[in-house]
Amino acid sequence: MADIRNYTLNFGPQHPAAHGVLRLVLELDGEVVQRADPHIGLLHRGTEKLAESKTFIQSLPYMDRLDYVSMMCNEHAYCLAIEKLAGIEVPERAQYIRVMFAEITRILNHLLWIGAHSIDIGAMTMFLYAFREREDLMDCYEAVSGARLHAAYFRPGGVYRDLPDSMPQYKASKIRNAKEIARLNETRKGSMLDFIEDFTNRFPACVDDYETLLTDNRIWKQRTVGIGVVTPERAKNLGMTGPMLRGSGIAWDLRKMQPYDVYDRMEFDIPVGVTGDCYDRYLVRVEEMRQSNRIIQQCVKWLKANPGPVITDNHKFAPPSREDMKSNMEELIHHFKLFTEGMHVPEGEAYAAVEHPKGEFGIYLVSDGANKPYRLKIRAPGYAHLASLDEMSRGHMIADVVAIIGTQDVVFGEIDR
Amino acid sequence: MASRMEVLKSAVERVLGDKVVSAKIALGELTIVCKSVNVTEAMTTLRDHPELAFEQCIDVCGMDYSTYQDQPQDGLRFAVVYHLLSLTHNTRLRVRVFAEDDDFPVVPSVVEIWNTANWFEREAFDLFGIIFEGHPDLRRILTDYGFVGHPFRKDFPLSGHVEMRYDAAQQRVIYQPVTIEPREITPRIIREENYGG
Repeated sequence: MADIRNYTLNFGPQHPAAHGVLRLVLELDGEVVQRADPHIGLLHRGTEKLAESKTFIQSLPYMDRLDYVSMMCNEHAYCLAIEKLAGIEVPERAQYIRVMFAEITRILNHLLWIGAHSIDIGAMTMFLYAFREREDLMDCYEAVSGARLHAAYFRPGGVYRDLPDSMPQYKASKIRNAKEIARLNETRKGSMLDFIEDFTNRFPACVDDYETLLTDNRIWKQRTVGIGVVTPERAKNLGMTGPMLRGSGIAWDLRKMQPYDVYDRMEFDIPVGVTGDCYDRYLVRVEEMRQSNRIIQQCVKWLKANPGPVITDNHKFAPPSREDMKSNMEELIHHFKLFTEGMHVPEGEAYAAVEHPKGEFGIYLVSDGANKPYRLKIRAPGYAHLASLDEMSRGHMIADVVAIIGTQDVVFGEIDR
Repeated sequence: MASRMEVLKSAVERVLGDKVVSAKIALGELTIVCKSVNVTEAMTTLRDHPELAFEQCIDVCGMDYSTYQDQPQDGLRFAVVYHLLSLTHNTRLRVRVFAEDDDFPVVPSVVEIWNTANWFEREAFDLFGIIFEGHPDLRRILTDYGFVGHPFRKDFPLSGHVEMRYDAAQQRVIYQPVTIEPREITPRIIREENYGG
């Protein structure tokens, strides 16, 4: 009989299940993981150092590139930190728009997660379904900011501009005939809010579809039930936040506990898990999509009824309108100073955290009164989660490591920064 | 909100006693400063005392105060900033600990208290060169294998010291001094009080 040998296995950084550039050094006893040592930093760009040499507004687009599947949530935390330090009042309509887009972003993130996680552990179809719905929401991103991914839409003091009155429409082409185009454009006839409303009406049925494919699926359960169990005590000690913490049964959600913007006016529930395994975290995230849908509906209803300004009129922090700039000397000076020198954030330090789709995303901003931050620290949820990979995967089979990486929802843009 | 912070402030001061060097409330956030010799004891109390119960260490972050406000500093250069969160009381706390020696900054590790600090401390070591005494595995984490220096220190240039390229003659990747000129498009300015009204 051949004796069992211990292996050291290098997993990634070019492995499709490594979700980017994770390099994992696994020590195996046969097929059982003894120790997992993630090597990160292959995507390190030094965002925090770069931000120290850029004005406050110039580093805002860097935030999109942190967690590149939930772009606007990153911007949200950054804007909140600046607003806290500078004491900027944000108009109500801007707060609603931000909450709506934060929730759209949450759905986008969870859709990508459910697609990638299920393709990792063998359910191919989900990926296609998830991307079908993502397409509609990506169109909303594009309609509002001009970019499908790196939006740079949230600004300190509000949002870049108001919601558009029309949605871009498909045009007939070689591969799609006029009848097909008319069907695609049917929901795009009205304003953007009409399109989003239509989306929220059909989205719950889509989530039902995903659940029919996965929730009672025998293979799905075999791959996730009892895998990567985290007790509530360990979850707290390991610094877990977001769905990872709620999957272990702790009802903690910053949108409820420390509400920012208009989350305190929203009605939604916090789903929690029971056992803290991969399957519970899957259920939590699926339910979060339904709850996000509810929040979007409430925002759409309010936004349709209440027009108003979408960015602060404090022109030390937000640019004046083009018309005012052309006719008013003072506004011209404001405009010039803001775009050459940038805003001056008062001396002090602030920590602003948002309930990012992956957990608590925080920005610790230290300003010494200059037009650039003195120090910007990004607290990425995935960083703490990936640090617990070693503990979560110990004693599991090597195939389960893939399931655990999937359930942690790691994205290297934010982990490596 | 303000009164809640006052309550927390007095509780922290009462429980930690003379371990708190200073405590300040600003922008609805409480910041305390501790001496590095007391860190282990103070942090354990912060986590375990029922009135405080900071079960989670959200963030550990290195700081280099050497060019603050573009003035020469007379205080200590390196600090570690901890952000703690109590799920029980729904409160946050910021703890700042200065490293006593500027040339060899050492701060006790809190990995034993919150296991999540492991990677955060490795990051602070990597980027600032702060040594965490008692850390089980203090390796570099974000920078490249074989990287020299601590890039987030204020005296480390933004463009770095070395660049990497493929050398056709030697048929391998080589390091060489950087060839690009650092440039600053928007200068860094601190305005005096009430500038421009």
